Amino acid sequence: MFLNSLPTNFAALEVGQHLYWQIGNIRLHGQVFLTSWILLGALLVFISLGTKKMENDPKGLQNLLEFLWDYIRDLARTQIGEKVYRDWMPFIGTLFLFVFVSNWGGALIPWRLIKLPSGELGAPTADINTTIALALLVSLSYFYAGLSNKGWRYFEYYVHPTPIMLPFKILEDFTKPLSLSFRLFGNILADELVVGVLVFLVPLVLPIPVMFLGLFTSAIQALIFATLAAYYIGEAVEEHH
Amino acid sequence: MLAFDFFAATEGGLFDINATLPLMAIQVVALTYILNSLFFKPVGNIVEKREKFVSNNIKDAKNKLSEVEKLEAELLSQLQSARSEAQKIVSEAENESDKLYKEALELANNEANASKEKARLEIENQTSSAREQLFKQVDELSELIVNRLILEK
Repeated sequence: MFLNSLPTNFAALEVGQHLYWQIGNIRLHGQVFLTSWILLGALLVFISLGTKKMENDPKGLQNLLEFLWDYIRDLARTQIGEKVYRDWMPFIGTLFLFVFVSNWGGALIPWRLIKLPSGELGAPTADINTTIALALLVSLSYFYAGLSNKGWRYFEYYVHPTPIMLPFKILEDFTKPLSLSFRLFGNILADELVVGVLVFLVPLVLPIPVMFLGLFTSAIQALIFATLAAYYIGEAVEEHH
Repeated sequence: MLAFDFFAATEGGLFDINATLPLMAIQVVALTYILNSLFFKPVGNIVEKREKFVSNNIKDAKNKLSEVEKLEAELLSQLQSARSEAQKIVSEAENESDKLYKEALELANNEANASKEKARLEIENQTSSAREQLFKQVDELSELIVNRLILEK
């Protein structure tokens, strides 16, 4: 009785429901694109505000953006190495920013207040399509990095310490994108589900620590994704002697 | 209310992979280019310019410091040589004045000795001449006495 009187749109959970967009023959998950456009738009506005008036003595937003840039550079440099990190820094940084903004945007903005005909808005990274897209981009990137830096010698990596490693290294090319995509997808979806279930069961106070935990997980997942992507690229361009 | 129908949905479900995947990939690639031109390049330029500026300044300062240290060492050695030269001059002057003093002392002593000797000789002369005169007078007197005695007899 009491449960029935609750605003159901506030506490209901919908899993695996999507807002379908039909364009010609192809079908899209509209809610993923809607949230990603809103979040990326906010990110781009934020960044263009911060880089509008660049000064030699940084102030305000520029300071924050420079800190972010430095953070991403350190990440890329430690994982990829001094020689080619410059080429890959924008990609690693974009992965980090995209995943971070998606995760936090999904956790911080009360999307539930916007009603959709089907499905619900949430973190774009809680959709398997997004995470697989990111993971496949990482795979393509490290192949490209290896081949463009070392040519056919890239494939020495597969037999590097001994030729016995060959099957495992080939297997790794499949497990890398799989683990990347499912780790991110699982963490973010699980966080949304836990918060959703807790909000449904105990709408007051109790979900708050879990929400903070979710924010922490979201940030960590963004860092892990970017670090692993950089590590894979670094592994591909590393010179064996 | 709690729709836990993970895979049961007539269409969709958690692992519903469709054209969202390639479009999202394209979107991320586009985002990479946009962020590169909007964020990574400009911020990188300004940060690296500043880092270069700072490292150049540090290098300049180090160069200047080493120059200053070199000059300081040079000045110190000059000071030391000047000091030792001054000491040499002082000691030379002291030696010379010592020598002059000794010479003057000797000269004065010699002069004093000479005049003493001269005075002594004069005294001796006068003494001997006085004695001679005395002897002469004694002789005269004794002759007189003798004469008188002889005459009285």
